[in-house]
Amino acid sequence: MSQRPAPVVDGETARRRGYGWLLLVPGMLWLVVFFLIPTVQLFFTSLYDPSGSYELGYAMTWHFQNYPDAVRDNFDLFVRSFLYAGITTFVCLLLAYPLAYAIAFKSGRWKNFLLVLVIAPFFTSFLLRTLSWSAILSDQGVVTSLLKSVAILPEDGRLLATPVAVIAGLIYNFLPFMTLPLYASLDKVDPRLIEAAGDLYSSPFTGFRKVTVPLSMPGVVSGTLLTFIPACGDYINAELLGTTRQYMIGNRIQAAFLRERDYPVAATLSLLLMLVVVAMVVVYVRRAGTEKLV
Amino acid sequence: MTAGPGSGAVAGDRDLKLSRVTKRFGDFVAVDDLTLTVPEGSFFALLGPSGCGKTTTLRMVAGLEEPTAGRVSIGDQDITGLRPYKRPVNTVFQSYALFPHLAVFENVAFGLRRRGVRGVEERTEQMLELVELREYAGRRPAQLSGGQQQRVALARALINEPRVLLLDEPLGALDLKLRRQMQIELKRIQTEIETTFVHVTHDQEEAMTMADTIAVMNRGVIEQLGAPAELYENPLTTFVANFLGQSNLIMTEVIDPSGHTVVVDCHGQKVAVVASRCHTQQGRGWLGVRPEKISASAAGCEDHADVNVLTGGVVSDVSFVGVSTQYLVRMPWGQELMVFEQNTGTRSPLTNGDQVDLAWSRDHAFLLDAEQDAQAGVVREDDL
Repeated sequence: MSQRPAPVVDGETARRRGYGWLLLVPGMLWLVVFFLIPTVQLFFTSLYDPSGSYELGYAMTWHFQNYPDAVRDNFDLFVRSFLYAGITTFVCLLLAYPLAYAIAFKSGRWKNFLLVLVIAPFFTSFLLRTLSWSAILSDQGVVTSLLKSVAILPEDGRLLATPVAVIAGLIYNFLPFMTLPLYASLDKVDPRLIEAAGDLYSSPFTGFRKVTVPLSMPGVVSGTLLTFIPACGDYINAELLGTTRQYMIGNRIQAAFLRERDYPVAATLSLLLMLVVVAMVVVYVRRAGTEKLV
Repeated sequence: MTAGPGSGAVAGDRDLKLSRVTKRFGDFVAVDDLTLTVPEGSFFALLGPSGCGKTTTLRMVAGLEEPTAGRVSIGDQDITGLRPYKRPVNTVFQSYALFPHLAVFENVAFGLRRRGVRGVEERTEQMLELVELREYAGRRPAQLSGGQQQRVALARALINEPRVLLLDEPLGALDLKLRRQMQIELKRIQTEIETTFVHVTHDQEEAMTMADTIAVMNRGVIEQLGAPAELYENPLTTFVANFLGQSNLIMTEVIDPSGHTVVVDCHGQKVAVVASRCHTQQGRGWLGVRPEKISASAAGCEDHADVNVLTGGVVSDVSFVGVSTQYLVRMPWGQELMVFEQNTGTRSPLTNGDQVDLAWSRDHAFLLDAEQDAQAGVVREDDL
């Protein structure tokens, strides 16, 4: 028996301690079953001996050499993925910020309607929308011929099967993920603060720079994360709008898992992607310093 | 003193002038043909109920609203069309509108930094000293109490040395005790720096405590403008009589308007009012008497020359409120009049049903135009 005096706990506190954590249980259980266990499984798979095969089975040999090998063989795919995802995130930010700003501050009674428009693409499937982009950007399509007629695109130029098409597809697909968090944080910016900035000798642009932008940083951070992270792992856009020369790391993982059935390589690449993305996100969030913001 | 932006007006001629200013929002006229001069260095209050146009007036001076018609100027400088950031005025906003992402120091330094003046650090330190917030310089606004936030808002505006400081219900969010304290503090600071303060409030007590001059606004126009005591003792309209303090308004008929005092007939009893306080000369008029000016005494007391007496009252309600006792006295014509009696302890209190006469000095009543609503400007408890 412990000799320590029992801590003085009133009924209210005891009740809180007793039941508060219960709210965590469903979510935690879900994460354990569908995230933690598969990730551990994936980790073990990544250390299987590469000499095995799907048909003959794999031997667990703690083959850490899989990691340097995977990096060496797929270095350009990693670079391309992060490059495409980076460009996508940047362009999404440029497009979404004015859009979110306009919806938050200038749309008046059209606000809800415009928000519905932003999420309207989600009403059809991601795959179908990307497929229709391949029709839009096709060699005989309106966009290509229009760009040719105004000589932006050379006579033998094309859009489909180029990096432009893949990145355009990524931007299109991830724009709502950038717009919504930006809108949410811009909408919270008190217009009276902008008035106060004006009262304190800020031109509208300075007020925007010194008040609106810093206050919208939480939206910028979550928007860029919601865009960059899934864009890094995307393979549908490269598959449907590009060629093998535009393939991203997601295409390689998908092929290794589903076509080649080379599970150790697929698992190694998956974990590598996850680690690199997590590392980048940690550095980014630290530097953005949003924890100081209310 | 460092000159604000756009300086160059002749010293001593920095009165804030609004000339025939009108502001419409759609069909609603918020401010109606308002003309007003706020002398340099004065503590000026715009007082009125919500929706009377006082905040709109303030925002037009700040440049946050554009007048539909009319001109706003400071000294010789017409600022009507000037953007807010080019005006030599600063505002203490109702909700303070402190920048949540900046520390107290940077909040206060904000205006100076935007203007690119030198010695920002030093002046900010001094200003924080003035409002006694030096040790809070590194904190965020959210980490401060309401009173401290209020002082940051004040410092953030004052550091720019505006020609006119605009205060939009600056004490509205504070509790009563803190509000009293800040009233004294604001008045002290204003006296010290001699800047023109324009203070918008719906709290008549706040306005009377601090301001040199009060403009009482109602429905977009100024009902009356003057020193607090003048407005209180000699209101021009029933609205002012009711909005500042409380008044008994009795319907009377003017009998003799010729002399030094105007004699009116008050339901069969004659009452005299000093001519300078009569704002109607003939026909019917509202006789106004403040409740604390009336003394109630047992019926049958003798009549003095300078005293008005109304006889035949019956005490119908007594409420003891500590410093005073408030009576309701039912008069023969059915109206109930308020009488506030100081609890000096020299008289025994009246009780319900006592027969009383009401008396007040001739200097203490006023006569208003009978066309007005006797209930205009009455402040109900649930409005506050």
